[in-house]
Amino acid sequence: MKKYSYFPGCSLKGLGRAYEESFLAVCKALNIELKELEDWNCCGATAYMAIDEHHAVALATRDLALAEMNSTEDLLAPCAGCYLVLNKANKYLAKYPRIGGTVRQALAEEGLKYEGRIKVRHPLEVLLNDVGLEAIQQKIKSSLRGLKVAPYYGCQIVRPYAVFDDQYNPTSMDKLIEATGAKVVEFALKTKCCGGSLTGTLAKVGQEMCFNLLHEMKRRGAQVVATACPLCQFNLEVYQREIAARHKEDVRLPILYFTQLIGLALGLPKKALGLQRQIVAADRIPAECRAENPI
Amino acid sequence: MTGPHEEVRIGVYICHCGSNIAATIDVGAVSKYAATLPSVALARDYKYMCSDPGQELIQKDIQEYKLNRVVVAACSPLLHEPTFRNATARAGLNPFFCHMINIREHGSWVHEDQVQATAKAKAMVRGAVGRVALHKALEKRKAPVNPQVLVVGGGIAGIQAALTLANAGKKVHLVERQPTIGGHMAQFDKTFPTLDCAACILTPKMSQVNQHPNIKLMTMTEVVKVDGYVGNFQVTVRKKPRYIKEDLCVGCLDCIEACVFKEGKFEDDFNLGLNKRKPVYIPFPQATPKLVVIDPESCLQLMKGKCKQSCVAACERAAIDFSQKPMEEVLTVGSIIVATGFKAFDPARTPYYGYGVYPNVYTALEIERLVNASGPTGGDIVLRDGRRPSAIGIIHCVGSRDHRTNRWCSRVCCMYSMKLAHLLKEHSGAEIYNFYIDIRAPGKGYEEFYERLLEEGVHFIRGRVAGVNDWAVTKEEEGRLVIRVEDSLAGFVRRIPVDMVVLSTGLEPHADAQEVRRMFNISCSGEGFFLERHPKLAPVNTNTDGIFLAGCCQGPKDIPDSVAQAGAAAAEALALIDHGYVEMEPMTSYVVSDDCSGCKTCLNMCPYNAISRDEEKGVAVINEALCKGCGVCVSACPSGSIVQNLFEDKEIFREIEEVLAYG
Repeated sequence: MKKYSYFPGCSLKGLGRAYEESFLAVCKALNIELKELEDWNCCGATAYMAIDEHHAVALATRDLALAEMNSTEDLLAPCAGCYLVLNKANKYLAKYPRIGGTVRQALAEEGLKYEGRIKVRHPLEVLLNDVGLEAIQQKIKSSLRGLKVAPYYGCQIVRPYAVFDDQYNPTSMDKLIEATGAKVVEFALKTKCCGGSLTGTLAKVGQEMCFNLLHEMKRRGAQVVATACPLCQFNLEVYQREIAARHKEDVRLPILYFTQLIGLALGLPKKALGLQRQIVAADRIPAECRAENPI
Repeated sequence: MTGPHEEVRIGVYICHCGSNIAATIDVGAVSKYAATLPSVALARDYKYMCSDPGQELIQKDIQEYKLNRVVVAACSPLLHEPTFRNATARAGLNPFFCHMINIREHGSWVHEDQVQATAKAKAMVRGAVGRVALHKALEKRKAPVNPQVLVVGGGIAGIQAALTLANAGKKVHLVERQPTIGGHMAQFDKTFPTLDCAACILTPKMSQVNQHPNIKLMTMTEVVKVDGYVGNFQVTVRKKPRYIKEDLCVGCLDCIEACVFKEGKFEDDFNLGLNKRKPVYIPFPQATPKLVVIDPESCLQLMKGKCKQSCVAACERAAIDFSQKPMEEVLTVGSIIVATGFKAFDPARTPYYGYGVYPNVYTALEIERLVNASGPTGGDIVLRDGRRPSAIGIIHCVGSRDHRTNRWCSRVCCMYSMKLAHLLKEHSGAEIYNFYIDIRAPGKGYEEFYERLLEEGVHFIRGRVAGVNDWAVTKEEEGRLVIRVEDSLAGFVRRIPVDMVVLSTGLEPHADAQEVRRMFNISCSGEGFFLERHPKLAPVNTNTDGIFLAGCCQGPKDIPDSVAQAGAAAAEALALIDHGYVEMEPMTSYVVSDDCSGCKTCLNMCPYNAISRDEEKGVAVINEALCKGCGVCVSACPSGSIVQNLFEDKEIFREIEEVLAYG
């Protein structure tokens, strides 16, 4: 049994509940033991980082310090934003002594310290490298054969730090999807921005970016999209009706988490994978595909 | 000459170097201080010590004031030590009674505080005065120069250098690691800005090399070891087997026809994999020497030892020899010209441009072959998928001027991009888009060529391309490659759909440049190109005497510059040969036999194999001709019985003591 610390971050407890549910269910099925970090706080996300790097790093480092205090295991951060920010905190502490000073002082006020020993990792990498494709394939109960999946990584998993995958053409999710029996749809926009928070601040611009992605994925024949980030999933899913109206084009596509697809292939119940929470229901996938697939 | 009992009389000279030194160091104060030091007969400061009047000042003083030691505090000894030693010698004094210290690079240029910089200069002068009093008269040794020259690399630079030397009557060994000479230039279609055909101007030179009585051409050969010193190098070369007896093959190519592979199956390097060759092949029709070569990694006989060997049956002259092994040979030469060329940037490092992902993305070198009349398509512009392009995008600065890859400008890409734009337009009639950062066309006729392209209707879009992919937004983009770029003149982001993308890849040092550098004992600059001795005034010399540079191994350059540099390198080698001998610095080490215990510690330490053991006397002996004066043996000797001229222990200790005694 493999053991890890688990940092859910705010998304997986709210907007991205389906991500947490499916991630936990898949981990359980694959014999991965997770221990949720106690008393974790917001990672600060990219917004705080943009305003005040010193304080933002201090905020994120508190989580790393808690993790280091309680275990030596790697810390899993499924949300791409948390994954990036926690990694960035580690890098900045090693690189910029002045930030290190601010952070030490801030942590000391709470009786904490951080030695820099915690490795922050993304579930994509853990499933691919620690568990391995073979182990996953052995547990597949209902293959997703015939399903055409567009793997969408978003920007934060490979940029600016390409720790475990290629910066421009990542393939870790492709391999996991192929392990479920599904077919990967090749498209050039795997890591192109979904619009991030622009959908909230400059809706027209943000939705235009979502349209680019949805249009291209559909053009390539995707029946479903796999994501690894709660914000990507949200942006691509919830604005589909508005985008369709503006562009007078059908952009309807179910947007799932990659963990939900793996869960389906592992034969886990739909409810355990949070599939009932989808706005664009996954059972709208074409009938011919549904015939041979469990969705 | 000073005898042992003669009074030491030192002259000290402080140089202003214009304001280079004088602005930071109070040279007058240093000079006054020097005058107070023991044995100093006089001290002066002067605006430019290295100038003629400066040197004459030293000469006059030596005679007038009966000086027998000279200290010059100025710039780097690397630059002017010979100047002042020669001035000293002209006044009848042994040149090694002159000592130079560097108060510019080690003083004024690295300090801001005038008081402290002046104090440091005084301390250094005091050290020098103390040391020079102990100097001995030394003599330079002379060694003859071997008149043969080794040229490493058979591209246009190596060819030009070899021909220049050979035409001057010198024997040249030209070593090339590929099966043919010609280098990158042989792959080019036309040359900018005159558009004369590369092969038409290159192949006559290649054949001259092959036929020249003074040139010994060795292809498939690499240098593996370099011993010796200027005027007298011993170079070990290794020849890889061609599996063809070079003296018997006449290049009839019957063996290729007869090979058991009916069609070419293996990547043809000369055409960058755009077509296939057989295991037995000739790189290109004008390959020089015109000999076939067998590739041991695809020939069935060489790989598996099993083949019906129809090539052997077809060869009337019995030239095929599967039993050939690598062979080594030692060449004795007096000087070496390194002309090992460059490597084209690998666009796998810029994945956002889609090379290797989309088949219709090409490198510029591939296009050189594609537009060439003897290339894989006979000059027809046919895409890898068989279509003909109606729009072509040429992306400049791929792997150049980019902090993510290489920071330098590769100098030739703007011009070759425009040349390819012209040729592609001429051959295909397609619309051509150039994406550039700046157009750099600083050569004779280069800017005019740019203007000509503008008149021909080639599009120039100023902006660094963000990416190339097949993401289609409009009907027009469907099934094509889309170049996304910020047009920095128009001020907005554009999407340009094209059918073919050409990446103008930059020039890089070879992957093994570091190993080659170590072998020849020369330096590299930060980016990995071989370093010249001086960027302006010694551009073909290296820091190792007798080894010269030519062509792109020293940095990116175009054909005219490579040829000019090759000529300069040949001239340097000729100057060395015609001088007839080299003078060797006397700062070599010697063994005080009485103290040597014969422990052999120094034998293994010497990087130049200059030390041997006299078995009869049981002591170490240093061969002065091989000793480079590095001093390793001196510091390694447990009994302190090795002494290095000009760096004797008592000289160094006296200098340290005096510096420490200051202030």
